[in-house]
This record gives sequence, C-alpha cells and structure tokens, in this order.
Amino acid sequence: MPLFEAVRLALSSIRAQKLKSFFSLVGVMIGVTFLIAVVSVVQGMNVYMTDKFAGSLIGVNTFQLRSRPNIVTGDVDGEQWREWNRRPRITTDDAEFIRERLTVPARMARAGFDQLTVRWEGREAAQIQVNTVDADYFAIKHWDIAEGRAFSQQEVQVSADVVVLGWELARRLFDGRDPLGQTVTLGGLPHRVIGVVAEQGNLFGISLDKFAVVPLTSPVRRLVNRPRVIDDFHIQTDNVAQMRLAMDEVTALMRARRGLRPSEENNFHLETAEGALEGWQKISAILFMALPGLVAISLVVGGIVIMNIMLMAVAERTREIGVRKALGAKRKDIMAQFIVESATLSATGALFGIASGLLLAFAVRAFTPLPAAVAPWSIGVGVGLGVLVGMVAGILPARQASRLDPIAAMRQE
Amino acid sequence: MTDQAIIRLAGITREYLMGGERIRALAGIDLEIGRNEYVAIMGPSGSGKSTMMNVLGCLDTPSSGQYWLNGHEVSRMADDDLARIRNREIGFVFQTFNLLPRASALSNVELPLVYAGTGARERRSRAEEALARVGLAERMHHRPNELSGGQRQRVAIARALVNRPSILLADEPTGNLDSATSVEIMRVFGELHAEGQTVVLVTHEPDIAEHAHRVVVLRDGRIDTDRRVEHPVGAASAVA
Repeated sequence: MPLFEAVRLALSSIRAQKLKSFFSLVGVMIGVTFLIAVVSVVQGMNVYMTDKFAGSLIGVNTFQLRSRPNIVTGDVDGEQWREWNRRPRITTDDAEFIRERLTVPARMARAGFDQLTVRWEGREAAQIQVNTVDADYFAIKHWDIAEGRAFSQQEVQVSADVVVLGWELARRLFDGRDPLGQTVTLGGLPHRVIGVVAEQGNLFGISLDKFAVVPLTSPVRRLVNRPRVIDDFHIQTDNVAQMRLAMDEVTALMRARRGLRPSEENNFHLETAEGALEGWQKISAILFMALPGLVAISLVVGGIVIMNIMLMAVAERTREIGVRKALGAKRKDIMAQFIVESATLSATGALFGIASGLLLAFAVRAFTPLPAAVAPWSIGVGVGLGVLVGMVAGILPARQASRLDPIAAMRQE
Repeated sequence: MTDQAIIRLAGITREYLMGGERIRALAGIDLEIGRNEYVAIMGPSGSGKSTMMNVLGCLDTPSSGQYWLNGHEVSRMADDDLARIRNREIGFVFQTFNLLPRASALSNVELPLVYAGTGARERRSRAEEALARVGLAERMHHRPNELSGGQRQRVAIARALVNRPSILLADEPTGNLDSATSVEIMRVFGELHAEGQTVVLVTHEPDIAEHAHRVVVLRDGRIDTDRRVEHPVGAASAVA
C-alpha cells in the first residue's frame, strides 16, 4: 500500500463525513491549540518582559541603589519586611559618596517619587507619579522630548519650579491645548510646564505616560521625601560587564560607608532588570511545566476518540479488508493502511489545531495588552504530536483489521 | 498429466467445529487440474462447494491432505505466505464483484499490483491493458456505482487477470447478473480460456457449468462425478 494512496483515502473519508470527522478530531485539535497558543503567549511575554518591562521600568544596563527591593515577586515573610523597614534610607550624601568614588564610567541620577494630584485650571489628575530627579534621568530612561525641553542640571541646582509631563498626563490636562508655559500644581505647589515626554505606550494595559518629572530640588520635593532622602539612585553603564563591575564597586562602597562587618548582610539593595524578571521567569517556568500536562491530557483524549473512530472504520469496512486480503494484502499491508489513515486523521486535527492556535495567539495580541509571538518549533511539535497520537491510536484497530479472516470478512454485508 | 497439473489435491479434508459438533465439509478430495483446463465445480448447497473454493483459492487451509498449486505446496503455509500465493497465482472473480466502492475501476484493477509491489507507472499501464482486454477502456475512471452489473463483473475479471495468475477462480460469477449479461460474462471466460488461461468455475447452475470443458460434481464433501463436456457452450458458439 503506497503511503500516498493511504493518505488520499483517509482524506477522502474525512471529506465524506465532515461533521463526524470534526468531532473525532476535536480532541487532538484542542491539544495542539493549547500548545501553540500557550507557547506563543509565553514566548511573547518573554520578549515583552525582557525588552519592554525591564527596559522601561529599570533601563538598559542600569541598576538602582535602593534601601529595599522595588519590584517584589513571590512570598516575603514578616521577618523580611521588618528587616527592610529597619534599613537606613538612601540619601543624597550616599549618592555623592558613590559619584565621587565610582571608577566605572557611568551616568547617574538621584530620584524620588510619590503619587500626587496634578491640577490645571479646574482639571485634575489624581494618583500621578511625580518623580524628583537629576537631569540625567531623562537620558537614563531614554526618554525623547515631544514638545519643549527637559530641564538641565543647573535648574536642579537652583531648585527651579519647572515640570516635564508624561504624554498621557499632558493630553488629559490640556486636551489639545499647548501646555508649554502653563502652570500646573503638583500636590498644590505650582510648577511651570517646560516639556512633554514622547509617548511610551503601555505595559499590560497600564499607561506608561501618566507621570510628571521635576528637578530633584524643586518645591514639590518636600511632599515626596524627607530632606536629603532619595528613593533610588540610578546608575547606567555602557554594557553589562561594566554594570557588573559598577555593582561590585557600589556594594563595596556602601558597605564601607555604612561600616558593615563581613558577617553582616547588605542593608541596601541593588535593583536590576534581571531581578525584576526573576518573578516572570518563575511564572513562565510554571506555565512551561503545566503545558505538557494540559497538552497530554487533550491528546490522550483525542487519541482515544480517534482509536474509536478507527475501530468503527474497521467494522464498517470489514468487507473491504477481506477483499484486500483475498487480493494478496499481507497483515502488514492492512496494518500500514489503517495506521496511516489514523495518523492522517490525527495530523489533520493537528493542522486545524495549529490554525486555531495561531488564530488564538493573534487574537490575544490584537484584543489584549498581552503580546504573543508564535514559536516556529511549537508548530513542528504540534504536527509531530498529531502524527504520533494518530499512529499510536491506530495500532489496536489496525491490528484488529489485519487479523480478520478474509472468508468471514467477505461474507459480511 | 501430472507434469501439466497446475492444481493437485491429495486427500484433502476440511473439518469445522460448530457448536461442539464436528462438521466435515471436505471428506477426502483427490483432484488434478491441468494447465489451460476449464473446469466447473458443481454441487448442491452443503456439498462442500464453498469450502472447496476457499481451499482452492488459498483463503482456507485444509485440515489434512496436500495441495500443490503451480508447484508450491500451499496446504501448510502460514497467513502471509498464503497472501503472497493468492496475489501471484490466483485471480478471483466473486458473485458479488467485491470491488472497492470508493475507488475507480482503474484503482480497483491496480490493487493486486499494489500488493505485489509493482511500480506506479507499470501498475497503471497493466491495469489499463487489463481493462481494455475486457472492453472497459472507456470507463476506467468510473466508480463501481456508476457501472452496470455486467461492467462491474468485467472490472472484477480485469482485476483477476492483471497479475497474470496461474488460475482464474470464479465463484458463481453470474449469480447476480441477468441472463443476457451472464452470457456476455461467460463469453469472456471462454475467450480467456481460448487464450490459454486456466479457469476454475464454482457454480450451482448447470447451464453455466456447461460452458466448461470438464465438470466436477461434489456431494457430501466428496467428488461424486468428474466428466468431460462433449460440446461446451462457449466453444461450440466459437466454432460456429
């Protein structure tokens, strides 16, 4: 029995009974759909988390000196929280100490932040993140200025009461009017708008453009932090290797400055994109562990359904099998015919599964903030699994067919 | 005669167990059929005719005795070896045609060659040749349900011939056909015999058996009579 012939035969019986075939293939189809869709979403998330999440929240080749972690994933026990709360805050003096001694070339910016209400002529935006920063903060964040300008370090030194708005905040307050030169209040304190940062988009549907940036020393700073205290000290290097070097130096400098003994743990924290990604990596590892189970269950169910369909096909075509044997088909010819047919059936289900998986992945990308990137290997695995399930499911029916007695089989009506 | 024998049966018995009862369908058959003979095997129902047909067609193995087919001792062969013998040595024609309903006439005729492992190109040309031989060159892409009964049986004959078997084994080949079509089919058998084909016909209809040159009648699992036909129907008309 030539392979092509058997495949053609299987396809024609699928076409002949479309509805029955659909139901028989739905199990395999769902399994492969799962595979493609979940892998696509997880892969997409991977790219997203690495590029966008870590990039926009922390910055490329950048780390932050903080008193304690900012992005916390997983369980933190009470003891840990109390230890974090006991830690001394990072101060502008710590930052100066590091700035003077760090040997790795780096761009640095002190920053504080808090949620404040921003108002302009009766309009207001509540819960806006206001950042009090050094001028280099714009460069570290890779922010482009859409309108106006960023502030300079001179303006930081003279405590200028100026503000640069995020794109979404500017749109909400000014609604198309020119914000430049207008005076907004941040937590009630007036600041003159000198610029608007270009649109950043969103992260999981949360706008990255609802913020205001003011000089570290601007009037609003007293609403954000106690005098001389900052929330984080951003340090950006040229590459990863230099970042590691800088992190080692900062650790050593901070330990020396705080007089920590070798036995004592660091009482400060260096936040990196890697650290922030740790949580995501845990989640994706769990998904990738759960995925084979999900796929396996649907494929086993799909395989059982296909096995039943094939047993029915053998019963329906007993006479055909008898004729084939009379004409010289050996057991292995009959085996091969039904296994190929079963594999073709199942592979067809897998192809539909791939189509619906891709569709699902694109739908996720189009209608949710979650990204999805189809992994080519998952398509290959999908087809392979489809064929394999069909072959395994076909063994029993094919064996039954191959053992039929041709005389009895041909007598069957 | 022995050198020429294409079929030699010696002491063939076939017993079945049916509900604890032993049924002796064949009770010791000795028979030789020579090359290019045209033999009809007859007998009333229960005479062992069907069992005889199955044994001759290598679809069934005898309980005892020996069966040589074209020099092969097939009486002790296993399943797959019998399949190979059926494929190469025997061309079956059945009462109910037994064509595959979803395949074209051409594909049906190609089927024995598929199992013989013949290449696609040769398969096609030989199947076309066989269909042309039975006068169906025009209809080879039709499916069985698009053909008349006589045409279906011609397809079946083409399929039986395509592997150039040593015997053509026909089981009530006209049983499902009207008398005019029956005559037509019997003429085809007559022509094939005239061309040198060995033909064995299993039938219970005396007038069909009269087309053969030799009639073997079974009764109770034994050969009752074995006679030559003086003026076979087909041969007579061919002469006339």
